[in-house]
Amino acid sequence: MDLGILVTVFDSALRLSIPLLAACLAGLWSERSGVVDIGLEGKMLVAAFAAAAAAYAFGSAWAGLVAGIGASVVFGLIHGFASISQRGNQIVSGVAINMLAAGLTAIVGNAWYAQGGRTPPLEGAQRFGDALLGHSALVYVVLLAVPLTWFVLGRTRFGLRLRAVGENPAAVDTAGISVTGLRYVAVVIGGVLCGIGGTYLSVGQSAGFLTNMTAGKGFIALAALIFAKWRAWPALGACFLFGLLDAIAIRLQGISLPGIGEVPVQAIQALPYLMTVILLAGVIGKAIPPRAAGVPYVKER
Amino acid sequence: MSAPLDLPKWADTVLVPAISVVAAFLVAGLVVVAIGENPLTATRWLLQGSLGTGEGLGFTLFYMTDFIFVGLAVAVAYHAGLFNIGGEGQATLAGLGIALVLNNLTFLPGFLLIPLGILGAAAFGAAWAAIPGYLQAKRGSHIVITTIMFNWLASVLIVYLLVNVLREPQSMNPETRAFPEQSYIPFMHEVFAAFGIEVPASQLNLTLVLALAAAYCVWLLIYRSRLGYAIRVVGSNPTAAVYAGISPARITVIAMVLSGALAGGLAVNELMGYQHRLLLEFTSGYGFVGIAVALMGRAHPVGIILASLLFGILYQGGAELAFEQPAITRDMVVVIGGIIILFAGALDGLFRRAVAHVLTRQKLARV
Repeated sequence: MDLGILVTVFDSALRLSIPLLAACLAGLWSERSGVVDIGLEGKMLVAAFAAAAAAYAFGSAWAGLVAGIGASVVFGLIHGFASISQRGNQIVSGVAINMLAAGLTAIVGNAWYAQGGRTPPLEGAQRFGDALLGHSALVYVVLLAVPLTWFVLGRTRFGLRLRAVGENPAAVDTAGISVTGLRYVAVVIGGVLCGIGGTYLSVGQSAGFLTNMTAGKGFIALAALIFAKWRAWPALGACFLFGLLDAIAIRLQGISLPGIGEVPVQAIQALPYLMTVILLAGVIGKAIPPRAAGVPYVKER
Repeated sequence: MSAPLDLPKWADTVLVPAISVVAAFLVAGLVVVAIGENPLTATRWLLQGSLGTGEGLGFTLFYMTDFIFVGLAVAVAYHAGLFNIGGEGQATLAGLGIALVLNNLTFLPGFLLIPLGILGAAAFGAAWAAIPGYLQAKRGSHIVITTIMFNWLASVLIVYLLVNVLREPQSMNPETRAFPEQSYIPFMHEVFAAFGIEVPASQLNLTLVLALAAAYCVWLLIYRSRLGYAIRVVGSNPTAAVYAGISPARITVIAMVLSGALAGGLAVNELMGYQHRLLLEFTSGYGFVGIAVALMGRAHPVGIILASLLFGILYQGGAELAFEQPAITRDMVVVIGGIIILFAGALDGLFRRAVAHVLTRQKLARV
């Protein structure tokens, strides 16, 4: 294969993996602290909408980023309130977040712009343009979040406490550290990361918001998180792998490979889901989630 | 869970869900106000469009049929302590089952073909749910994650099959050819016409009767049968179940099989009752509405029927509303569904505590 194609495929793989990576790291923070988050999809979606709307209104991509992060954090806090303070079911709350995001963005988008749920196309300073090597600043922000996550979670006192809250909250509580506080911090960090991912979708990668534009990326990120076994560097690898699969699927559309024939795009699209199911079933390796993930913490009285 | 709050039964089964719904509508009303529309006229259009005309009522009951099935599906798994959010995927596969049966056995008469089609739906839905159930029971993979993945796998699979395999060669649309006519489940207006009663035409078909029968059977199963008892024991205390000689693994798989088969009812109503062909995205996110329905109905068949009626009203009324007030699209129903899931599911404790607080104060005042 010639080098030009490789470079293009690599480039588009990187582009496609960025939103996955942002959401995956968001999930990593949240779940490492013991809060299961299947609302990644919804948070990215509201962020994408808020970012596009703000970028359009203020004529600045950075305003979009602030709005995107803000919206995503608000949704993260709803999830946090339900699952940390109210000790509600975290899965149920996540489903609610996803439905709320899908419905609200469609309604508000339609009411504000009357373009079938789209925002008006963004141009010029309303978008994140190329910052370096043909990629926007957000790409590097998200890539930078990987070593940052690795360092903070793995090498700092705060990170150790946060991980401990996800494994054995009672021990952390006994040491006089607030379980609730740490979990809220994790949920907010997750909100910020989802916000960046969503903003990248509507203001970086594309020029505006489309109804349901996350199209399952939040769930692929969830798959990548399991694949990465809740670790930062492997998360980068898993997201890049899934982004690469996506890029290859786009590249192979309608092309007949010698000896194999035309590979159905759907076969490649199904791989992330299939690989996750197989991994979870423990056929190859074993993915073990943080022990307290999904369990609300109740102080003994 | 925190210490269980002792609420009187009426408060637990009626008051708390009712408060959740009212709160959900208040929030939805705020959204309507926020986009500059009048929530009161919106409510009027909603009720007018869903209950005000015979035709509207027919459509309301049609949607209700969908929701009863998906609600029961979520509820049966819920009683076993399982959270099946794979209703979408299971219903999708059930649609595939229907298409394979009906379009391959075209020579059969209707009285054989219709039951076989329904069985095909149940079998395919059950199989798609059984795999995550098995993986949870035997391999310890979390059912929520696997059912999510199976939803996406189902949607990818059905696109592939409809685009490459099952599509009619001369058709541009990714859908199968029409099912044989004798396999159509009769429309309710046709049934009534046969008895000489004139009712307005709608999509409502006899599947509604099947849905109500399914609700009754689920009630019998869960509350009146040995298996149902085992399911509830596993759901509330798997360790105790083992001591009682019940195998949680076996019950997990059985509950998921039943759940998937029930989700298949959605495909029966939509495809055999109305569309008469297999097409993309016929599940329209109803699988997730099933979660709202089951939570609101407290996983009890009667509650599920009532909650399904409410969502039927919302879906049909929402369609009419979108026609009268275009700013309020049908996505409003998704928002309301989301808020109800949040309030009746995740924030349940909030209202329960409030109700318990008020009730104890009253009791103390009386003493």
